[in-house]
Amino acid sequence: MVVQDVWGKLTPVFLRHVLTIAGKDLHAELRTKEAWNSSIAFSVVILVLFNFAFDPSSEQTREFSGGLLWLAYSFAGALVLNRSFARETQNDCLDALIASPVPSSALFLGKALANFALLLAIELVSLPVFGLFYNISWTARFGPLLVVLVLGAWALTVIGTLFSALTVNLRLRELMLPTLVYPMMLPALMVEMTMTTNLLAGGHLDDGMRFLIAFDIIVTLLSVAFVDTVLVG
Amino acid sequence: MREKIIFALAAVSGTILAWNMNTIFNKLPDELNQGAIYRIIYFHVPANILGMLGFGLALLFSIGFLMTKDLRYDALAVSVTEVSLVFAAIGLATGSIWARIIWGVWWVWDARLTSWLACWLIFAGYLLLRRAVDEANQRARFGAVVSILGTVNAYISYKSIEWWNTQHPQPVLSIRNGGGMAPGMEPPLYWNLLALMCLAAILIMVRMRQEIFAREIDTLRRLAHSH
Repeated sequence: MVVQDVWGKLTPVFLRHVLTIAGKDLHAELRTKEAWNSSIAFSVVILVLFNFAFDPSSEQTREFSGGLLWLAYSFAGALVLNRSFARETQNDCLDALIASPVPSSALFLGKALANFALLLAIELVSLPVFGLFYNISWTARFGPLLVVLVLGAWALTVIGTLFSALTVNLRLRELMLPTLVYPMMLPALMVEMTMTTNLLAGGHLDDGMRFLIAFDIIVTLLSVAFVDTVLVG
Repeated sequence: MREKIIFALAAVSGTILAWNMNTIFNKLPDELNQGAIYRIIYFHVPANILGMLGFGLALLFSIGFLMTKDLRYDALAVSVTEVSLVFAAIGLATGSIWARIIWGVWWVWDARLTSWLACWLIFAGYLLLRRAVDEANQRARFGAVVSILGTVNAYISYKSIEWWNTQHPQPVLSIRNGGGMAPGMEPPLYWNLLALMCLAAILIMVRMRQEIFAREIDTLRRLAHSH
């Protein structure tokens, strides 16, 4: 039912709405760079801080490199996602967006797409920094690694964007978003971390791929199905 | 009538538990490899089954609320989730005690333990979220969405011992895959499940009434403020 519902919505008009919203968000972000600057700085700071927790030059680092990388991504991601709907609260932009002819699902997907692009860019910028600081070669298996990064970023984006919409008008917004997003992301994060560690050690893509794809599809369908409930009621 | 049902359930639960305790601690022999500690399974498994069933039930009530917008479904969903969270916590704690004796550590980060803890955290987040929303309908709506998404993780946790190589033991009950317990050892587990289920039903009924009263008081307070 949900699949048909989503499929039925994929008309050219709907896609144009999605792209308009995504374009608007990216445009605003490119002008102000508020989420981008803070997230990049934040993820680099996290990577620097990690070196105090253990010896970065040791061989052991490889064994949890995937974990480190994804921790940095998900922390930085929370900053991007927090801003996603929060920036619409000024001048009641959110109410205007909801009242506009753009359906909630298009609004959601557009915002998710913009967040996804930002998050992926943050990932791609901090990956070389990570390789440089921790002496890990990430270029050898860049193709498969990119697949994991894309799938993981999409899962984080979709869950995060939905919860960003949900928490936007709450007290303690900044606190509630990570409290809800991280446990929800945990099964996917667990798989992403192991897969990334494997790939950085020269391994291949494994069964985790199927899990990630399934997770992505399920959370996307559920989020699109429920975003109207969250935003409008 | 409501009180009578609660007393009846309490009597059934108490009787079964007392009788079952006798069977578990006095009649059943120690397990061959694990010794006396295996008896914790009689609480660990039923508590976790109830936790998981509860999250599943909460999903149904949440869908019920979204379809009907009847706040009684929401009261049911939150009551069931709270009680399930307690049972899940008992499941995690008993598992941890068992792990300390058998594995030598309180906790390992395998897929089952991690995903179940994540599930616990999601539904704890569900309760936190409800406290942060003031308006009853909005609270119910947001709660329902988190509950529905959270159930995806409950299912992942349920399946995790099949999908990944976990340190957590594989299923032992015959209802799930063929049976790994000696014949006399399995029935007390189901009796305990029944007893704890009655207990859960009592807690849910009490909690549900609190929830409904709380909303009535809130409505009255708003009414008083508006005059």
